[in-house]
Amino acid sequence: MTDRPKQPSRRNFLFLTAGAMGTVGAGMAALPLIRAMGPSRTERAAAPLEVDLSPIAPGQAITVFWRGKPIFIRHRTEEEIARARDVDPATLRDPQSDSERVHKDAWLIVIGVCTHFGCIPRGQKPADRKGDYGGWFCSCHGSHFDISGRIRKGPAPKNLSVPDYVFIDEDRIKLG
Amino acid sequence: MPENEHNDPLPGKSSITAWIDARLPVFSLIRKEYGQFPMPKNLNWMWCLGGIAGVMVLIMIATGLTLALHYTANTENAFASVEAIMRDVDQGWMIRTLHMTGASFLFAAVYIHIFRGMYYGSYKNPRELVWGLGMVIFMIMTATAFTGYTLPWSQMSGWAATVVTDLFSAIPVIGDDLVLFIRGGYMVGDPTLKRFFVMHIILPFVMIGVIALHVWAVHKARPNNPLGIDPKGPQDTIPFHPYYTIRDLFALSVFLIPYIAVTFFAPHVLTHPEHFMPFDPLITPGHLVPEWYLVPFYAILRSVTFDIGIPGTGIVLIDAKLGGVLAMLGAFAVLFALPWLDTHPVKSARFRPYYRGALMLFVAAFILLGVSGTHTPEGLWLWVGQACTAYYFAFFLIVLPLLSRFEKTLPLPLPVSIHRPLILLTGLLILAFPVKPAHADLERGYQVFRQSCAACHSLEFVRFRDLEDAGFALETSEDQKPFPFPYPDKDTAMALNNGAIPPDLSLITKARHGGPEYIRDLLGGYYASPPDQDMLTQGQYWNTAMRGHVIAMVPPLADGIISYEDGAPETVSQYAKDVADFLTWAAAPYETPQKQAGLKGLLFLLVFSIILYQAKKTLR
Ligand code: FES
Repeated sequence: MTDRPKQPSRRNFLFLTAGAMGTVGAGMAALPLIRAMGPSRTERAAAPLEVDLSPIAPGQAITVFWRGKPIFIRHRTEEEIARARDVDPATLRDPQSDSERVHKDAWLIVIGVCTHFGCIPRGQKPADRKGDYGGWFCSCHGSHFDISGRIRKGPAPKNLSVPDYVFIDEDRIKLG
Repeated sequence: MPENEHNDPLPGKSSITAWIDARLPVFSLIRKEYGQFPMPKNLNWMWCLGGIAGVMVLIMIATGLTLALHYTANTENAFASVEAIMRDVDQGWMIRTLHMTGASFLFAAVYIHIFRGMYYGSYKNPRELVWGLGMVIFMIMTATAFTGYTLPWSQMSGWAATVVTDLFSAIPVIGDDLVLFIRGGYMVGDPTLKRFFVMHIILPFVMIGVIALHVWAVHKARPNNPLGIDPKGPQDTIPFHPYYTIRDLFALSVFLIPYIAVTFFAPHVLTHPEHFMPFDPLITPGHLVPEWYLVPFYAILRSVTFDIGIPGTGIVLIDAKLGGVLAMLGAFAVLFALPWLDTHPVKSARFRPYYRGALMLFVAAFILLGVSGTHTPEGLWLWVGQACTAYYFAFFLIVLPLLSRFEKTLPLPLPVSIHRPLILLTGLLILAFPVKPAHADLERGYQVFRQSCAACHSLEFVRFRDLEDAGFALETSEDQKPFPFPYPDKDTAMALNNGAIPPDLSLITKARHGGPEYIRDLLGGYYASPPDQDMLTQGQYWNTAMRGHVIAMVPPLADGIISYEDGAPETVSQYAKDVADFLTWAAAPYETPQKQAGLKGLLFLLVFSIILYQAKKTLR
């Protein structure tokens, strides 16, 4: 090696630049690979879903699938509404009054995925165990939800969440 | 290797690396094999290709695994899932095209690498195993490439799978059962596709293992050099780092330039229209060829057109079919045997003028085999293929053994360090941007499609959101198909269209030789009066663009049937041009981001190459 006088600093500069460029370039090249692992446009494009509520009698519940998740739709009785209202939100783990969680008192619409680790709580069918608060019971780790879908007992940190929906008319809703 | 070179403690080591190194000497290993490793001083640019091939393998694995996350390995959905990767997965088009052209560039690197080994005698004592393991890698790569070729389940895929699995039926006695076993069915189908998918994923990892052995063997035997005379001491060597790290990196950066250029600007120069038609087990495409890198071996297979038997008795020992398969296997086998066929003590072709001539002729024959393999094996091309096949085997089995005994070499120099300037072909492609049709033109084409084509043809892979992204005014951007199959089922479609099902048009400009021009000519090709009216039966029309000139499609366009609002001429030729533009867009809605990303990549690599070149120069 016969280094010319000024070479070392120039060399260091070039090596550093090349190293930095190489690292950044490799990172940039990895980005598309990572992006491609995310949901495709077909997964993301969830068309809104219309649900006809008229066949559901008071006290009954149905489950529809929207964006791959079960949506619990429950036609609540007067007694159930009263029970849901008869709670002081301040005493709850995730304080919310029942009226914040519904558009119409008779219809409770929540995403049926337990906020603990994602199991599907029971309580949609008449024969299901509905938990100590008469709503839903998640048997995975024992979370009890009330008739407003709020967490009352057990490990789940949050109430069952309410999806985006609107009433198109008296008895039809549109999810999304 | 002299012990003292790598036993000194790691310089500047932190206690953590020292702690790990004492228990698992990875750091000293890297330092020994890639830091201080003594490399011959006089390596030329052809010594960069091994490292480049290794990087290409990693690129193939990274892109391939990402594709595998979205690909569906069943015959029903495979084709559509590939198309969904192109259109729906974020950057999916980029990853798929990188993977597709990557295979070609990997093989190109490997072929140059193999040629270098042959030219400089890198397979000779003590490097026989280096060569043998390299050939194993080449075999695995071939199998990987072939199985990958079948995965999109296009016409080309399905028929390649059929033909290649059928090769095994040439084996006497067990052949037919073997084919059944390999296919997992009587014809290629779902079981075949699934096992090929599994193979395509497993083989690269097996290959990585063999590559590790190959590299290990090189490091044990020490790299060869252009003189073919091993360095005699430290005066003939320089450490791997930084000399060859920086040079290999520079070579890689330059190599990636044409790779990126082809991937982003001409991804389909290496593919055939049959890749864009879904597999149809009832129609074999007229033009069936493997990827270019396997064509020479395919040509050897096809060159055996005669039975081999005992002359005069009519007894056939080996029929032409088995003969072809044996010739192809033999073509691989002689490569493995090379170290024992060429036993001349001098390694480098630089000092063996006769060997050099014979080798160059061999390269020419190999390339000619590749050319002849893309033509129908008849007449001149059959003859060329046969002559080249004959020389292929003569080179290994006759020329090399004879030269080993009789060739006089040029005087060998003393091993001195020769600096050869790096010669690099930076053959940049001329990147002509195809002129993109303005949106107004697309809008007109869309109108023609809606008002004329859509009555009979679907646009299966185009969604509302694609139209919206391209600037078409729509109320909805849903995940829905604006143009689904317009008939209740295939039988109805056939009954209503003189026995022909109107093809889906999503990929039509890619799935026909001639592309958009063909579509334009076809739509405008109706009006030549048929020279022979009797050739046409009921429901057939004369079309100059159609092969055979007979078409079952009712002339879809006539002057004035579609009224344009922007004042463009309302003629058949204008309609045809507009709808061909629209269909070109529909075949690749991702084309604009593709070109933009390609430009960024090229710019980056150019600057990176220049900096690396400057850095490399400071080492001289
Ligand atoms: S997931 Fe429901 S309680 Fe744990």
